[in-house]
Amino acid sequence: MFRTTLTTIAGAVLLAATVASADEIKPAVVFDMGGKFDKSFNQGVNDGVMRFKEETGIAYREFEVTNETQREQAIRKMAQRGSDPILGVGFAQVPAIEAVAKEFPKARFTIIDGVVDLPNVQSVVFNEHEGSFLVGMIAAMASKTGKVGFVGGMDIPLIRKFACGYVAGAKHANPKIVVIQNMTGTTPSAWNDPGRGAELTKGQFDRGVDVVYAAAGGTGTGVYQAAKDAGKLAIGVDSNQNYLHPGTMLTSMVKRVDVAAYNSFKSALDGTWKPGFQALGLAEGGVDWALDEHNKALITDKMKASVEQAKADIIAGKIQVHDYMSDNTCPR
Amino acid sequence: MEEAFVFVALTMNATIRVATPLILCAMAGMFSERSGIIDISLEGKMLGAAFIAASVAAVTGSPWLGLAAGIAAASCLALLHGFACITHNGNQVVSGVAINILMSGLTVVLGIAWFQRGGQTPSLEASARFMPISLPLSEFLAEVPILGTLYSRLVSGHNLLVYVAFLAVPLAWWVLFRTRFGLRLRAVGENPKAVDTAGISVAWLRYRAVLICGLLTGIAGTYLSIANNAAFVRDMTAGQGYIALAALIFGKWRPWTAFGACLLFGLLNAIAIRLQGVDLPGIGEVPVVFIQALPYVLTVVLLAGFIGRAVAPKAIGEPYVKER
Repeated sequence: MFRTTLTTIAGAVLLAATVASADEIKPAVVFDMGGKFDKSFNQGVNDGVMRFKEETGIAYREFEVTNETQREQAIRKMAQRGSDPILGVGFAQVPAIEAVAKEFPKARFTIIDGVVDLPNVQSVVFNEHEGSFLVGMIAAMASKTGKVGFVGGMDIPLIRKFACGYVAGAKHANPKIVVIQNMTGTTPSAWNDPGRGAELTKGQFDRGVDVVYAAAGGTGTGVYQAAKDAGKLAIGVDSNQNYLHPGTMLTSMVKRVDVAAYNSFKSALDGTWKPGFQALGLAEGGVDWALDEHNKALITDKMKASVEQAKADIIAGKIQVHDYMSDNTCPR
Repeated sequence: MEEAFVFVALTMNATIRVATPLILCAMAGMFSERSGIIDISLEGKMLGAAFIAASVAAVTGSPWLGLAAGIAAASCLALLHGFACITHNGNQVVSGVAINILMSGLTVVLGIAWFQRGGQTPSLEASARFMPISLPLSEFLAEVPILGTLYSRLVSGHNLLVYVAFLAVPLAWWVLFRTRFGLRLRAVGENPKAVDTAGISVAWLRYRAVLICGLLTGIAGTYLSIANNAAFVRDMTAGQGYIALAALIFGKWRPWTAFGACLLFGLLNAIAIRLQGVDLPGIGEVPVVFIQALPYVLTVVLLAGFIGRAVAPKAIGEPYVKER
C-alpha cells in the first residue's frame, strides 16, 4: 500500500515536472539591419522582449542580421534549435519567414511589419498612416515657415505609407503647407546611414523647412542631430524618441512594436497565440503620438486639442486617412 | 536671381562638407602611392580613426584628444601596412584589404564591448565636437552683395577640420614639388634603385610617406565621427576611402587635379541630394533611383570620355629588394 502510494506520488511529481517543462517556451527573435540599438524600430522590439524576459524569467535567443543573406539562415537556425515562437522583425524578413515556416510547420512564427499567409504564422502590421497623419498635423501647426520635411529610409511602399499619411495630416492642419520629401536610398544600407540623413536634412533646412519627420531607422539619429545643430524641430518614429534631444524633438510617431513583440511571446506562453493577420491602428493603441516631459514645452494646448480631436475622428471613421499600400498611390 | 544664387551657394556648401574627407584621403593616398606603396586601406584607416576619435571624445569630452587619438590609431595602422609591405615585402593590395576587413569588424566588436550600443558610440555633446566656426567679419560682410554673401555663406561657418582639409592641398603640393623630401619621395616611387644608389634609405622614405598617409586619414576619420556627425556608426565611411582612391587616379596622382576630382564627386553627391523630390522645369520630378545613380553614371562618362590616360608612379606596388 505504502509502496503504491509512493509510486503514485513519484509518478505525479514526474508528470508535474514534464507538464512544467512543456509550459516553458523557447522564444527567439531575429532583428533586422538597423540593429537592436537603432533607437527606433528594432529597439522597440528589443524593449518588448526584454520586458517579457524580466516578467517571466524566460530567456530568449536573439540574432542581429548584418547583411541580407543572414536573414533566412538565422531564422532557420533558430527553428532547427527548436525555438518557438520565432519573432521576425521587419518587412524584409517576409520571404525568409515564408520559406522557413513551410519547412517547420510545427514551429510558430510571428512577423512584424509584414504579411505571410501560412497557418503557422502570425502577421502583425500597423496603421502607420494614421499615426503619421497626427504628427503631420503637429508639424504643420508648429512650422513657422509653412514648410515641413520628411526623410524616409529605404524607398519602399511602407515608407511611402508613412510619408503619405504625414502629408495628409499636414494638409489637414494647414492646406497651404509645403512638404518636401526625401528618401535616403534604395538599398537596406539606407536604414543605417546617419551621415546621409544629416545631409538630406540640411538640404531641406536650406529650402526653408523647419520641422522634419524621419522614418528611417538608424539614419534618423543623423536627422535629429542635424535638426539640433540647426536649432530646428524634428519628429521621431517607431519608439518614443522624445528623450533623445529635448527641445528639438517635437514629438514621436509611436508604433507599439514593443507591445506586439511582448504579446507574441506572452500569448505563446499562455497558449493563446493565434496565427493570422492583425492590423494595429489608433483604435487598438498600435500607433499614437507621444507627449511626455521632454516635449510638453513644445506642444501648445491648441495643438494638443486639435490632434486629439483628429484622433477621435479617425477612430470614429469621420476622417479617412489614405493607406498608400492599398493602391500604391498617394492622392495629392 | 537671388534665389538661384542662394541655391548655388548652398549646394557649394554641401559640396564642401561631402568633399572634405575625400580630399584628406586623396592627399593621404597621394603621399603613399607616390612613394610606391599602393594604399587600398584608406577606408580601413579612416574607419578605425573615426571609431577611436568618437570613443575618446565620448569618454573625455574633448575633441582635441579625440583628434589626437584618431590620428594615432590611423598612424598605427599605417605602420602596420608599412611593416608588411616595406619591411617584409608583402603584397600591398592584400595588406590593404586585410586592414579594411579588420577595421570593419574590430570597430563594431570593440564598440559593443565598450559601450553596449550595438557598435555605436554615445552621441556627443557640442563641446566634445568640432563645431562650425564663423570667421571674423562674416556677419558684418554678409550685407555686401555677392562677395560678402560668398564669404559669409561659403567660406565662413565650417568646422576646423574642413579648413585643415583645404589647407592640406597647397601644403601637399608644396611638400611634394618644392622640397628635397618631396623630390626624393617622388623618385622613390619611380626608381627606388636610383635613390638607393644615391645613398638614401628607401625604407625610411617610404615609412615617412605612409606615416603622413596615416596622419591625414586620421584627420579624415575624425572629421566623419566627431565633426560632421556626432557619433561613430558601423561602417560609417561607406566606401569613401575607395572614392578618394578613385579621385586620386582620376586626378593622375597630382594634388590639384585630385582635389578637383574630389570636389567633383562632392558636387555630384550634393546635387543628387538636393535634386530629390524637386520638380525640374520641363521634366517633372525625377525618380529617386535615377538621381542616386547620377554621380556614378557621370563618373563613368567622365572617366571614359574626358580624362586621358592616367600614368601611375613606375615602381608602385613593387616591394624594393636590394640586389645582393
